Amino acid sequence: MENKILEAFNISKTFHETIDVKVLTNINFHIDKGEFVSIIGKSGCGKSTLLYILSTMDTVYEGDLIIDSVSMKNKLDSELAVVRNKKIGFVFQFHYLLNEFSVLQNVMLPGLKLAKFSSNEVREMAYEKLKVLGIQDKAFNSPNQLSGGEKQRVAIARALINDPLIIMGDEPTGNLDKKNSEIVFEVFKELAEVYKQSLLIVTHDNDFAKRTHRIIEMEDGKIIAQ
Amino acid sequence: MNNKLILNIAIHLLRARLKQTIIAAVGVTFSIAMFIALVSFMNGLNDLLDGLMLNKTPHVRLYNEVKPSQNQPVLFSEKYKNSTHFINSIKPKDRGKSIYDSKKIMQDLKRDKRVIDVAAKINAPVFFNSGTIEIAGVINGIEIEHEEKLFKISENIINGNVADLAQSNSIIIGKGLADKMLLSKGDNINITSSRGYVSMLKVVGISQIGIAEIDNAFSYTSLETAQKLLNKPVNYVTDIQIKLFDMKSSPQVAKEFHEKYDVDTIDYQTANSQFETGSTVRTIISYAVGLVLLLVAGFGIYNILNMMIYEKMDTIAILKATGFSGRDVKWVFISLSIIIGVVGGFFGLLFGFIFSSIINIIPFKTASLPTIKTYPINFDVIYYIVSLAFALFTTTIAGLFPALKASKVDPVEIIRGK
Repeated sequence: MENKILEAFNISKTFHETIDVKVLTNINFHIDKGEFVSIIGKSGCGKSTLLYILSTMDTVYEGDLIIDSVSMKNKLDSELAVVRNKKIGFVFQFHYLLNEFSVLQNVMLPGLKLAKFSSNEVREMAYEKLKVLGIQDKAFNSPNQLSGGEKQRVAIARALINDPLIIMGDEPTGNLDKKNSEIVFEVFKELAEVYKQSLLIVTHDNDFAKRTHRIIEMEDGKIIAQ
Repeated sequence: MNNKLILNIAIHLLRARLKQTIIAAVGVTFSIAMFIALVSFMNGLNDLLDGLMLNKTPHVRLYNEVKPSQNQPVLFSEKYKNSTHFINSIKPKDRGKSIYDSKKIMQDLKRDKRVIDVAAKINAPVFFNSGTIEIAGVINGIEIEHEEKLFKISENIINGNVADLAQSNSIIIGKGLADKMLLSKGDNINITSSRGYVSMLKVVGISQIGIAEIDNAFSYTSLETAQKLLNKPVNYVTDIQIKLFDMKSSPQVAKEFHEKYDVDTIDYQTANSQFETGSTVRTIISYAVGLVLLLVAGFGIYNILNMMIYEKMDTIAILKATGFSGRDVKWVFISLSIIIGVVGGFFGLLFGFIFSSIINIIPFKTASLPTIKTYPINFDVIYYIVSLAFALFTTTIAGLFPALKASKVDPVEIIRGK
């Protein structure tokens, strides 16, 4: 029980537009500490929707979500922001780096927001993370001077800065070529195996999914295999 | 720590949009500079015009008015007490222009805590003689020190010195009078009082107030000389002039003194109501124009921040995804606005001061205002404080609405839209 870092209980979600569309139906699963889990399924099966609910950014759903033994239901926007800051690292399909800041500052931002360490310590930690991902020599460049693969690695470093409970990825390799996808996958694998980092990655790349510890397969808003 | 981070993000965002930021700040700078220049100039003019008239006017003046007696004989009749009285051909009663017991009244007034100072004055019509020509005019016998303290008459002396009036039989005459009679400092002048007494006085100075009517008929002498000239005793005084610490209380004080000393009183507001109205209206106009300018600058900031939010949707989304709350995002954008307000405002104060200083050295010569050489400016710090406060207020409000919008951005919508 203590190993469960994230649990979903009967999560359902309905889009209310001209007609009600049920995108998620009674999703139940959990992730243990140190697990490398992937969610696969055809596009439109609700896997991204599920990920945004699990990330606490989407708050309109039925059922319950428990992160680190705390229910996320009925929490304030500011409380959820703290949870995202401390416990969740996010990697998107698009890198979402801020061009106004240098690579190092981009990595530092969530750490500065957490304010657990001084800005010098955060700088030190950010540099360490970039080193782990092998892009420390680009630390003082602007993000728009980096290649797609490098940008995605910076985004992973940013997700790691506060030593989160879990890293969530929404098609993190979706925009990358074969070679860069491979690099990003190796990074994730290393994080899972060497650093015992829990990971939850949404992907439609079956090759990618096969190499993870566990695959959750979705279809029409339901989990069909896990 | 968190505030510093938010400020840091705001500054980075501003730096990325430096050109627009500068334009927004210039809008604030321009409006504040204009506001300060306008208000300082308007108030400089107000002060000038007030100084021309109001500062030369006592707040309360005690005098004896020529008027009919309030108590006509018929009122004393018991028989007709309850009847309506019709009285024809009433003539004013001659009580003399002298204020009865003036010494005691003045002593009493000087002890009053509300009174700055009191100056006694003799105001009498006289003829100035030049050869065979007689020019009708007025002579003012003044207590030199008190008059100077209260009304700064030395400001209007264009030739000579007020203190010289202390010599007996000396006079300072208006410029119009001096020009007409071809007199200059050091000459003698013959004066005939209304009762026919003739005296010769020495001109020790020329004064110019700027109002031709007054300058053509006006003269100063000491109280003692005036009493001698009119052949009156040393307690003869026609006016007691009072200045109060609280100018606004003049009407009540005037009424109080009227009852207490049984003399006629008039306050400056009643005597010069048109000046007060003019000053108020000018002040209102200049503030209104200034506020409109700042409001326009506020709309400029609002527009630029709104545009910035649409451009920076991704930034807002990722800040929220990595743990910044709606409140943090709101403060980032409010900080942006405040930075623009503070920087623009600071330069606005600087340029406002420069503009005012430029206006202050533009030559402005007019025959009626001899002491004025340039356009008047009032460099009161309060205008700078007011404009900065209002600039910060408008920019904060202008930033508030876009900031609230930014705080409500749903990161999921932005990120999924890609």
